[in-house]
Amino acid sequence: MNTEPNAALLQPLPSHGRHAIASEKLNLWYGTFQALYDVDLRIREGLITSMIGPSGCGKSTFLRSVNRINERLGYVRIEGSVHVMNENIYAPQVELVQVRKQVGMVFQRPNPLPISIRDNILFSHRLHAKGGGDVVQGTADEIVEQSLRQVLLWDQVKDRLRRRATELSLEEQQKLCIARLLPVKPKILLMDEPCSALDPKGTEAVEELLWELRGEYTILIVTHNMAQARRASEECVFMLMGRVVEHAPTEQVFVTPQHRETADYIEGRYG
Amino acid sequence: MTTANPALFQASDLNQRNARVQQRFRLLFGLMTLLLITPVLLILATLLVKGGGAISWEFLFTAPTDGMRSGGLFPALLGTVWLVTVALLLSVPIGVFAAIYLSEYAGDNWFTRIINLAIINLAGVPSIVHALFGLGAFVLFFKFGTSILAASLTLAVMTMPVVIVATRESLQAVPPAFREACWNMGATRWQTIRRVVLPNSITGILTGVILEVSRTAGETAPIMFTGAVFFTPFLPHSVLDQTMALSLHLFVVATQVPGIAEELPFGVALVLIGLVLTMNSVSIAFRMWLRGKKKW
Repeated sequence: MNTEPNAALLQPLPSHGRHAIASEKLNLWYGTFQALYDVDLRIREGLITSMIGPSGCGKSTFLRSVNRINERLGYVRIEGSVHVMNENIYAPQVELVQVRKQVGMVFQRPNPLPISIRDNILFSHRLHAKGGGDVVQGTADEIVEQSLRQVLLWDQVKDRLRRRATELSLEEQQKLCIARLLPVKPKILLMDEPCSALDPKGTEAVEELLWELRGEYTILIVTHNMAQARRASEECVFMLMGRVVEHAPTEQVFVTPQHRETADYIEGRYG
Repeated sequence: MTTANPALFQASDLNQRNARVQQRFRLLFGLMTLLLITPVLLILATLLVKGGGAISWEFLFTAPTDGMRSGGLFPALLGTVWLVTVALLLSVPIGVFAAIYLSEYAGDNWFTRIINLAIINLAGVPSIVHALFGLGAFVLFFKFGTSILAASLTLAVMTMPVVIVATRESLQAVPPAFREACWNMGATRWQTIRRVVLPNSITGILTGVILEVSRTAGETAPIMFTGAVFFTPFLPHSVLDQTMALSLHLFVVATQVPGIAEELPFGVALVLIGLVLTMNSVSIAFRMWLRGKKKW
């Protein structure tokens, strides 16, 4: 599998300085427990950025503050700001639905809805279509095919689009969960350990997909699997106890880490 | 290589004792199940044997004559259908909507906990208390008089907790991952409920409605003071009319009319059970059809 990621790595990184996500002095508390301390992160547009660190270091919490899914828990308090595409998503006039459209999220366990493959893809499109009504047949078919092709799933499922999505294998389900975000044209894909429920082959397939999506989408992926972070990301963020310790190109983090904690973690001395 | 040990897989004393205890418990549970279904079978058999002879088209579709001693029970049958239908129309929307609010919108705080406690307590209030409440509130205070409306309102209040609890439980049985998936695609709460939560919980909600139908059709006390009468020569034409009802009619022919043919009360009881079973089997069939479409 390694040919493709390596090939992608050889392409020059985008030289622009645009950031898809920029947090400033982000502090977050769950009740009295502070989970994030002054997090300043600039995630570059169009790249795959991985977040690593031991359990409870705040990487998932950061991920969840980028599409404001944390707030559903009533006891969360947030200070600081998160800019997505240069807009502060915590500003009072921000419409949550628009944030969620721009920032899609993929979960640890694939969570396709218990409807057909086709309806899963069209679900978000229908949600946001005018009047919530059905879409024109032609465009619906195009959307389904385009989305499934983008996640490299089309050839496997094109003959069973009306079958239930829950009958797919876990790997296919996870790809479907990525595909169904695409019709509303998000800019950012957040992935919270997207491969931890998959076997090595499924993991490989999803990683391959990440490289496919890179460029068009900014991808921020939380992972416990350091080999995966190394294989499948261009920049890497190492967090520890709610703070960002190191944020650099992935090769640099793994070959010449600048901090002792980073070196200890990637060598498996704790975590 | 080790030598073979013939005793390795033979049952020890302890194994045998455990197996005997297990057998005894199995027997106990089986007996209890048998005890449970015996009364049901006996009731049905008694009714069929003793009341089966009374059933005829005439019995079903004519009014009682000769002081209830002959004729049929059509006004009571029609009255019960009225009462159940109106009670369902009132309680199902209120109960289902309230349950959706409690389960999908309301946070978990002391106020909702008090509401939940109140609902459970409401389910435990004896039906005669509901009857007196209905008499005071609907018949006298709101001046509906003794009418189908007052009686159905009383029945609705009485059975609403069943609907609420059944609905809430089936809503909460929908995996949270489905809701998360929707919210993350930018669905509002209502879109999530409409497109994902309700389609996956409708069978459970219907179970609550089925329970409610049975209970509503069979209750006697709540309708005695509020809308049902011993005898009326008129069929109800609107919800403000009084009506006869099967459950009250059964009480009347079984205890209040001397010198009545023995098969008549059994026939009435058979019709009442038949009506409930018919209503239930329609909704059970509907539920099975929906469950067949369920995708997880």
